[in-house]
Amino acid sequence: MSMIEEPLYPIAVLIDELKNEDIQLRLNSIRRLSTIARALGEERTRKELIPFLSENNDDDDEVLLAMAEELGVFIPYVGGVEYANVLLPPLETLCTVEETCVRDKAVESLCRIGAQMREQDLVEYFIPLVKRLAAGEWFTARVSSCGLFHIAYPSAPEALKTELRAIYSQLCQDDMPMVRRSAATNLGKFAATVEAPHLKVDIMSMFDDLTHDDQDSVRLLAVEGCAALGKLLEPQDCVAHFLPVIVNFSQDKSWRVRYMVANQLYELCEAVGPEPTRSELVPAYVRLLRDNEAEVRIAAAGKVTKFCRILNPELAIQHILPCVKELSTDSSQHVRSALASVIMGMAPVLGKDATIEQLLPIFLSLLKDEFPDVRLNIISKLDQVNQVIGIDLLSQSLLPAIVELAEDRHWRVRLAIIEYIPLLASQLGVGFFDDKLGALCMQWLKDKVYSIRDAAANNVKRLAEEFGPDWAMQHIVPQVLDMINNPHYLYRMTILHAISLLAPVMGSDITCSKLLPVVINASKDRVPNIKFNVAKVLQSLIPIVDQSVVEKTIRPCLVELSEDPDVDVRFFATQALESCNQVMMS
Amino acid sequence: MNGGDEVVTAPAGPPQPLDWKFSQVFGERTAGEEVQEVDIISAIEFDKTGDHLATGDRGGRVVLFERTDTKDHDALRRDLERMDHPINRHPEFRYKTEFQSHEPEFDYLKSLEIEEKINKIRWCQTANGALFLLSTNDKTIKFWKVQEKKVKKISEMNLDPPKAVGNGCVASSSNSNSPTPCLANGGSPDNDFSFPPGGLPSLRLPVVTSQETNLVARCRRVYAHAHDYHINSISNNSDGETFISADDLRINLWNLEISNQSFNIVDVKPANMEDLTEVITSAEFHPTHCNMLAYSSSKGSIRLIDLRQSALCDSHAKLFEEPEAPGSRSFFTEIIASISDIKFAKDGRYMLSRDYMTLKLWDINMDSGPVSTFQVHEYLRPKLCDLYENDSIFDKFECCLSGDGLRVATGSYSNLFRVFGCAPGSTEATTLEASKNPVRRQVQTPSRPSRSLSSITRVVRRGAETSGIDANGNSFDFTTKLLHLAWHPTENSIACAAANSLYMYYA
Repeated sequence: MSMIEEPLYPIAVLIDELKNEDIQLRLNSIRRLSTIARALGEERTRKELIPFLSENNDDDDEVLLAMAEELGVFIPYVGGVEYANVLLPPLETLCTVEETCVRDKAVESLCRIGAQMREQDLVEYFIPLVKRLAAGEWFTARVSSCGLFHIAYPSAPEALKTELRAIYSQLCQDDMPMVRRSAATNLGKFAATVEAPHLKVDIMSMFDDLTHDDQDSVRLLAVEGCAALGKLLEPQDCVAHFLPVIVNFSQDKSWRVRYMVANQLYELCEAVGPEPTRSELVPAYVRLLRDNEAEVRIAAAGKVTKFCRILNPELAIQHILPCVKELSTDSSQHVRSALASVIMGMAPVLGKDATIEQLLPIFLSLLKDEFPDVRLNIISKLDQVNQVIGIDLLSQSLLPAIVELAEDRHWRVRLAIIEYIPLLASQLGVGFFDDKLGALCMQWLKDKVYSIRDAAANNVKRLAEEFGPDWAMQHIVPQVLDMINNPHYLYRMTILHAISLLAPVMGSDITCSKLLPVVINASKDRVPNIKFNVAKVLQSLIPIVDQSVVEKTIRPCLVELSEDPDVDVRFFATQALESCNQVMMS
Repeated sequence: MNGGDEVVTAPAGPPQPLDWKFSQVFGERTAGEEVQEVDIISAIEFDKTGDHLATGDRGGRVVLFERTDTKDHDALRRDLERMDHPINRHPEFRYKTEFQSHEPEFDYLKSLEIEEKINKIRWCQTANGALFLLSTNDKTIKFWKVQEKKVKKISEMNLDPPKAVGNGCVASSSNSNSPTPCLANGGSPDNDFSFPPGGLPSLRLPVVTSQETNLVARCRRVYAHAHDYHINSISNNSDGETFISADDLRINLWNLEISNQSFNIVDVKPANMEDLTEVITSAEFHPTHCNMLAYSSSKGSIRLIDLRQSALCDSHAKLFEEPEAPGSRSFFTEIIASISDIKFAKDGRYMLSRDYMTLKLWDINMDSGPVSTFQVHEYLRPKLCDLYENDSIFDKFECCLSGDGLRVATGSYSNLFRVFGCAPGSTEATTLEASKNPVRRQVQTPSRPSRSLSSITRVVRRGAETSGIDANGNSFDFTTKLLHLAWHPTENSIACAAANSLYMYYA
């Protein structure tokens, strides 16, 4: 047994606990691997710590995950980039474990290390590692290998490059769907490193293999990467090789494939250029907008603005707008909801006339939709709406929708609309607000659901901030204070809460003259909950009002409360009194 | 109608009937021994290679067996070569490990007890020598990893393991017992330490010795709270990343790696539960087409659905139903039509279904009726009333197909199970008993020519028992039923469960 001097003790514990029975302690040690490495020094880290980690790799996944992550940033601790290769063996083993998240992390760390390694080291160590993994007995190793090619490829000599492309092509046809999925996922990254001539031949044939896979999950991932791949090709190649595939996919039997295409299509328009877009992609997109499967329409509808931005206005008006019109009355609420969330972005593309003439009716019909989500999505894009159609038209059609949402029977919907009220107020202006929305704001303070009352109190404060104390004195404060006489104590409590929020906004004078008397009055309430909330509110008012008011009004009230029969009231009153004293001291 | 051609045009004559022999038994009961309820086997499943077998029981345990005869094959080859006569090798298994998969639970919200009984087991893709399987009870599916782990002994440490020398407790926490307090691992930030550039030579890494291994089963994921009704099936997709779980009214699709969400792909729940006429009884993915799955119903129909068609597959792609024979309707018609189990054949073209009276083989390209029907319980028809009284009529018998698709098997009462040849022209119909002497009670049914029914598309094969009394004159015992059995994926070997005993046969 060795003797460890005192200052080394913690680090010794750390090292020993790499092998503790308690997983938490092992995790802690692994998380501080860099400390251990620094204590051992670079050489011993290379010669002892790293081999030690390589050997002890049948640990729990949590520990392995942490190890994979730590090793990714370990280059400084093994002596810099020239020794980076010593880190590869433990990560190679981690690339083969069964747990996906560990493998992914190990691949990520390997990429990070590989990106820093010197070219000759990549050839000598990294590329053989990739080849070993790609030829691994278990699918786990082969899955991991796919994510490493884009690091290995650029520094490989010509012959090796050919070999790597051949190996990747093999992986694209692996027996296990997991490997093919990984190959499909990483194809774009790999393709970006491959030289143009090979891109057109080798990579395209791999892409072809993947798109003809009999597993839907593989084809899906191939489609997902198609936009990235398309951008790498020259436009004419893209049109010749790529476009037919995509157009085919947009009519695939599987709705999930069409769904992916719907999500990616607009990106491809850039890659192929305007003419093929008009002749091929627009018809494909229109088909997707009219797909049988609601999920596909949802995806397509969500991209309608992005797609229109790429097109010229005539095309958009001629082809896309009719579909948008149809979608606004789609049988699926989710489709309408997706459309509602993006439709306003089309306005700048279409221009003012087309917007008023064509888009506005759609917009108004969505605003009257029977599902609150759809209406909410429109209202949440209010700023865009305002710019396009102007406030008068907006207020006419908006108001009924807001009133209806404000009274929706789902409290979450009411909550969502309350959050938009300050925004609405700022956009619509004082005049409009006074007439129509003021009453609603008061009504929410009396809602049956606490979250709504809470949000309503906050809303009152934000309105006061927006329109200023004078306006609030006229339109908010009297109404709010009125409600303190509500027979139900929960509503009275809401008012106290509102007062505590309003006070800082209203300023010292109004607080003293209007708000404080109401609070003091409430201290005589028969319900203890009100009384201790009074104590809390009074405490919050201390910094706002004048010292003299504290002494003259607040303190006597608190003293009285601190002798209350109820223990909670006494507690909060005492606490508030302490605040009073502190203010006195300072 | 030209479906009859398929039966008539047999290529090279049917394969010979198999001669079944007893191979092994696990958990055999001694005479008079009472069976514990928790020990009764409730699920059997071979893995894809046939090298492993899993059983689940009512006590929520999963027991794994591994094949022994292939492992030492190479070592024994020389011995075998010395022998003149060929040795008939058949799969032999040994106990590998067991673990408690499910525990009894109580759902406080619904005031429901949830039994620990394992309803189904399915093997998943093996990786790095670790075994993976899914097991489910009525409500919760679990994903298990069974792996050999090294037993570690740490022999050298920086700090003396306090007071532990001599009593072998080497690996105890050095932290909690250490003499100096407040040195908890991770307690102080990194920059508290400053080290000389060469490192500290007195520190050393622990040395791990002893390479013994033991098997550890770890529950990796729990897929819960997705079923309002009892789960009757789970099935892996050929894509290796998803699986389905089916209860009476819904089928959910899961990703193996994501346990907190699933997608509902089939929902047969009517708006008003009083309109409910049909429930899902079993569901299985197609063995190779990732987008196809079949589910059976209590009305005797099988629906094939295509996941590509739409996100919610309430409309089926194909419906397989046998047209009801006119005039035969009775009170029991619907009950005995209910399908208790469906299985795809390995090639994915045929499906096997089991209802109370028969086994039916379906061609997925022919939805007008089954290709063949095998009578399993025809002799019980006069007794349906009694069977209804004692609830036996609701027993859920499983069925299985051989790996080559030439034979089918299913269980029956009195611990009997039956094997039928389903190759065109085959007349094979064997009754075996789950005991050490499987052919002891075998009924020698005389080979009668196949009776043609009114429709030539369906050929009822012989094998219908003559009476409820077997050849030895014993009446059938409805309490000893053989519900669960599985066919080895590559060889003619059957594992079946008789109460708490697992019997294995080969041919």
